[in-house]
Amino acid sequence: MLENASPTRFARPRFGHTRRRALIPLLLAGVLVVALASMSLGPVSLPLPRILAAMSGNADTVARAILFELRLPRTLVGLLVGGMLGLAGAVLQGYLRNPLAEPSVLGASNSAALGAVAAIYFGVAEWHVAMLPLLSIGSGLVALVLLFLLAGRSESPLTLILAGIAVSTLAGAAISLALNLSPNPFAAMEIMAWLLGSIENRTMEHVWIALPCTLLGAALLLHDPRALDALAIGEDGARSLGVDLRGTRRRLLAGLAIGVGGAVAVSGSIGFVGLIVPHLVRPLTDRSPSAVLLPSLLGGAVLLSGADILVRLIPTSSELKLGVVTAFLGVPIFLVHLLRERRSW
Amino acid sequence: MVTIAVKGLSADLGGRAVLTNMSTVLRSGTLTGVIGPNGAGKSTFVRAILGLLPALEGSVTIDGRDIAGLSPRDIARAIAYLPQGHTLHWPLTVERVVSLGRLPHLGPMSRVGEHDLEAVRQAMIRADIVHLSGRTVTELSGGERARVMLARALAADARGIVADEPLASLDPGHQIDVMELLAREARQGAMVVTVLHDLTMAARYCDRLLLLDRGVLVAEGTPREVLSAERLRTVYGITGYMDMAGASPMVVPLGRYRDRQEQG
Repeated sequence: MLENASPTRFARPRFGHTRRRALIPLLLAGVLVVALASMSLGPVSLPLPRILAAMSGNADTVARAILFELRLPRTLVGLLVGGMLGLAGAVLQGYLRNPLAEPSVLGASNSAALGAVAAIYFGVAEWHVAMLPLLSIGSGLVALVLLFLLAGRSESPLTLILAGIAVSTLAGAAISLALNLSPNPFAAMEIMAWLLGSIENRTMEHVWIALPCTLLGAALLLHDPRALDALAIGEDGARSLGVDLRGTRRRLLAGLAIGVGGAVAVSGSIGFVGLIVPHLVRPLTDRSPSAVLLPSLLGGAVLLSGADILVRLIPTSSELKLGVVTAFLGVPIFLVHLLRERRSW
Repeated sequence: MVTIAVKGLSADLGGRAVLTNMSTVLRSGTLTGVIGPNGAGKSTFVRAILGLLPALEGSVTIDGRDIAGLSPRDIARAIAYLPQGHTLHWPLTVERVVSLGRLPHLGPMSRVGEHDLEAVRQAMIRADIVHLSGRTVTELSGGERARVMLARALAADARGIVADEPLASLDPGHQIDVMELLAREARQGAMVVTVLHDLTMAARYCDRLLLLDRGVLVAEGTPREVLSAERLRTVYGITGYMDMAGASPMVVPLGRYRDRQEQG
């Protein structure tokens, strides 16, 4: 058995190694570019010198107002939400070992949306700008508890997906009920508009709500990436590699509920980012679940912020919603990618 | 050195008793084959001794310490496990899969060190897959994939190896390679336990055999003590050609033993 094993041929296989090493810096640069573009592009175009002047404090008040009260919060919310959705999608695909997984699979998106819809429906949202996001996060956590109760002690990903679909469908049904019973067309319109997803007119308060949630969520999701790698050889295999599956599951689901809950709470439900970003970055990595996480986080931030810039630039009679743009943008990218990659599935 | 002591172990799957009151001791330097018909409880037994399945009754100790009190990581460092079926959910490269075997030794944030790379390299040489190292495992043949998974278990450098049907989907040449590899690991001091269906392989390479039937350990000892025409009939329900006396023992199944019910 040893005869034809030649140790000299064991060079570390570094096919595409430089490309992989360049991925993170490239994505970071991408984040910087879209952040700057997001600050300068819009109905009023602010060239870079004017931005710099506004930041150093000696600029016109109009530029300052646009920059700090409109575009900065919007840019930050876009980066936070996009990064969170991308990361959550990558973690879930790895954990469930299912390329179709995204944050909505386990009901995280729908249940957070339900809280927001309830806030609009009962008029609670008008009390304070923070009420809607807080209710949204709260209902996301309630759904998490429900998910644990439904999935029980089973460790199979299928049980969790089925329980997630039950939770997600229930939340979806409750949202429909709210639309059905809405007291007037304006309330229904408001709910619909929120469900389409948007990060327009966000304030720093939204940033302060989203920031701790997404940071905590991301920390929980990124706690032990190697557990996701170990799951590639199945549950028994992972446990025999020393992975504490129950702890991993608790951390991931809590991270998902808090992180995605916080993101959906400030942006509405924005689809496709969590699904497609991991697929887009995966071929640029060694395809192990842990290697996809950070690129997905950065890629999600770039994609969502990019889509938000498009929302501002595309001239339409009534304002385009971000969730609509990500879906239209996402599907063709996804299909091209799928046709190119389907060989490897 | 590692010793697993099993005392009065019972386990069930979904409420059905699969293993009843089993006691044995597995020692270093020994290649132990676990044999028995389908559904006899072989896989349940090896999963239970690794703590992957909770014991209903009885106890399993590794070097005198009850596995109920050991963390999954402690067990993983002591004993490597090769599950049945060679599952792999992502199209990873061979080297990436083999490096998974180093996980029990890595902290959540620590990087893969030179020592780990050397262990991976040695495991790939031992399993004869060095030439495959850059290939994608999901595109390999069944036999190549089986050897990659075996290398993954070897890379852990554990004192014990538990392999569940490592010979499935291997051609005769590679079956012999894997059995010789496991035997060599045992000779070098590892505790090796493997579930087998090929009785000739079991007779030829194993130092000890555990014969299970419907969840009960019916025989234990050297292949010569365990394998007999009588047991082939009562446990497997077959007749076979047997040559246990020579240097190369042989068990060739010939046919179903038809009168099992009538003769009781």
